[in-house]
Amino acid sequence: MASLIGSYSLIFGAFFSFLIFFFSIKNLSKNEILDYKIFYLSFLQFLFVLISFLGLILSFVVSDFSNETVYNYSHSTKPLFYKISGTWGNHEGSLLLWLLVLTLFITLFIIESKKQPKKYRVLTILFQQIIIFGFLIFLLKTSNPFNFIYPSPKEGLGLNPILQDPALAIHPPILYLGYVGSSIIFSSALSAMITNYITKEWAKHIKKWILISWIFLTVGILVGSIWAYYELGWGGFWFWDPVENVSLMPWFALITLIHCILVLEKRQILKSWVIVLSIATFTLSMCGTFLVRSGILNSVHTFANDPERGLFILIFLFSLIFLSIFVFFIFNKEDKKNNFSIFWMSREMSILVNNWFMMYFLSVVLIGTVYPIFLEVISSEKISVGPPFFNKLIIPFLIPFLLIMSIGPKFKWIKSNLNEKIFLFLLLILSLFLSFFVVKNLDVDFLIYTILVGSAFYLFFITLRDFFIMRFNNLSQNIAHFGFSLFILSILFNNIFTTEIITNLKVGETFHSNKVKIYFENIEQANKQNYKSLIGKFDVQNSDGVSEILKPELRIYNQPNIVTSEADIKTDIFEDRFITINIVQNKEYFNIRYQTKPFMIWIWFSVLLISLGGLISLIKKKYEN
Amino acid sequence: MYGRKVKFRFFFVVTILLILILTTFLVLKSLEENVVYFQSPSEIKNIAEIKKNKIRVGGMVKENSLSMQSTVINFVITDFKNEINVTYSGAVPNLFEEGKGVVAEGFLKDRNFFSATKILAKHDENYMPPEVKAALQEN
Repeated sequence: MASLIGSYSLIFGAFFSFLIFFFSIKNLSKNEILDYKIFYLSFLQFLFVLISFLGLILSFVVSDFSNETVYNYSHSTKPLFYKISGTWGNHEGSLLLWLLVLTLFITLFIIESKKQPKKYRVLTILFQQIIIFGFLIFLLKTSNPFNFIYPSPKEGLGLNPILQDPALAIHPPILYLGYVGSSIIFSSALSAMITNYITKEWAKHIKKWILISWIFLTVGILVGSIWAYYELGWGGFWFWDPVENVSLMPWFALITLIHCILVLEKRQILKSWVIVLSIATFTLSMCGTFLVRSGILNSVHTFANDPERGLFILIFLFSLIFLSIFVFFIFNKEDKKNNFSIFWMSREMSILVNNWFMMYFLSVVLIGTVYPIFLEVISSEKISVGPPFFNKLIIPFLIPFLLIMSIGPKFKWIKSNLNEKIFLFLLLILSLFLSFFVVKNLDVDFLIYTILVGSAFYLFFITLRDFFIMRFNNLSQNIAHFGFSLFILSILFNNIFTTEIITNLKVGETFHSNKVKIYFENIEQANKQNYKSLIGKFDVQNSDGVSEILKPELRIYNQPNIVTSEADIKTDIFEDRFITINIVQNKEYFNIRYQTKPFMIWIWFSVLLISLGGLISLIKKKYEN
Repeated sequence: MYGRKVKFRFFFVVTILLILILTTFLVLKSLEENVVYFQSPSEIKNIAEIKKNKIRVGGMVKENSLSMQSTVINFVITDFKNEINVTYSGAVPNLFEEGKGVVAEGFLKDRNFFSATKILAKHDENYMPPEVKAALQEN
């Protein structure tokens, strides 16, 4: 029943697209205020998609296995929380969520953009509606979440157990808010270009949307990383897996956009660049959807996929790209009035340099992700590009990046001189010295690490000092940059100081090394709602003689019959102690992995600080208005 | 003579071009160094020379081939045509099991022995690495 309502409500939603097209185009040619019908229709469309989404949730909650999606991804013994989160834990449901956010955002946009010119608003609605319509067709044609099975099965196939996790329940919605937010930026940039409205006011208005998308994307990626850290049992938080890269690319584009929209706001230059970036951001988000859903990528995230879907998204993607390139070349006017001159010593120059670096990082990630696909198509050779590639090409470039990030904000707009030259120079020397003493005794590549850690310290000290001197002037930038220095420092120290022990142990055995003693005390069984759990008890004693009990867990799920490892992690402010066990083919030996990971919590915390910077900027904007 | 502005522009464009070429070169070079090729046991049987590069071998873990000691795990990867012995010491993923798909990353010792540094298996019981599927279909 709920499925039926959901299904029809979705078709109604598609019907509303035509009405919105009709009224928007009609409204466009007439020179009056925005037709309120468009707003009501958009709102109704949102309501219908919402009903459809709630219908799907309800089908999951009551375990209606006559619905194909529910049958494929749910099971009656699954806890209620995961029945609900299972709604967007699969392809069909997650696309419905995409659509829901799309319709929600356009409704919010109409409300929020009241002060903007009418023509610009209508055009944005129109472009956005094209995207919504594309997704509706995609959903109805290739991945309808409401397909009916007759006779209806008694039991479902169950949700992949690694997705049955609180972090992964909220990861997709947050990430999608970021992805879909970029669609508003895309539509708005195109309309602003057509109506010749790329001005200070537009920059101010679109900045909010850029910040919102970026904050959600950042937090979404963070939640995903935390999940990967404790659930996948490898002890890392970023694997340069194609699907991770695909979320990182729009992030790079967005953070670049945030910086250069500031230049546009202050100086009305770099207009075309802002447009190109806006288009790129959304295209990259769409590419992400395409790459993940088409099954082209070989990754831990590729669950069910279907070539037809990939083809549809590809066609849709290309039409959008062509549309935007077309609009760009027709309407992009060379701005002759404005004197396009940038002085070397100015804030806009340092932002421009930041942009170049970001584009470089973006290209590296893009090449590393796409090259294997490309090579397979042209030469049918199968390769994978691993972390060494990314590390080698990104890490050295972080040094100038960090230095410019420290100095850049010291410049003023248009033309300025660097004050306190001597102080800044001394601080740099001090940072390098400090880093020299830290790195000296470590077993790492001495030169590059000294400089790298030194530059990170430099940014750290400069932002810290600015925080106390400037007080609340430019607080958002200050906090975000400080967070970034903390982020780089914690990652570096995390990489350098991580220790790992991998061994196979039987119950009762002890592993000895000069640093740690791991005693495998026992293993206990427990039955839970939809899994059986094996809990190992380990007594881990470090070199100081302090011992601690760790209890990693193995879960054997009933449906689907999959084993997952749940790491036991003891966190304090200096380090995480992380242990996982694994069973191999019911042998007596258990595969044990014990890691100490310094500063893990600081990595999470620093990313939160970075997004807090964005949040402050957003609130400040509201406050000023 | 050309004006100062033109000269400056020319210089600017040349610098940008140089940087572009340099980065492209750098990227391509490290791509070449850091890619890992995927091969099936049958392909390994037929290679001309044993290279020192890191490679990935994919296939199924052969039934009854797995043995485990305190530091090392031995097993056989098969594509049902040819097989290869693998030794590995390290952490194994959850779905590593006899009769299931596996991808091992590491170095070839000779055509019959492979020393793995990492084992990958997917978190899906029906999952088969695309490479393995392709290798199986070829047979």
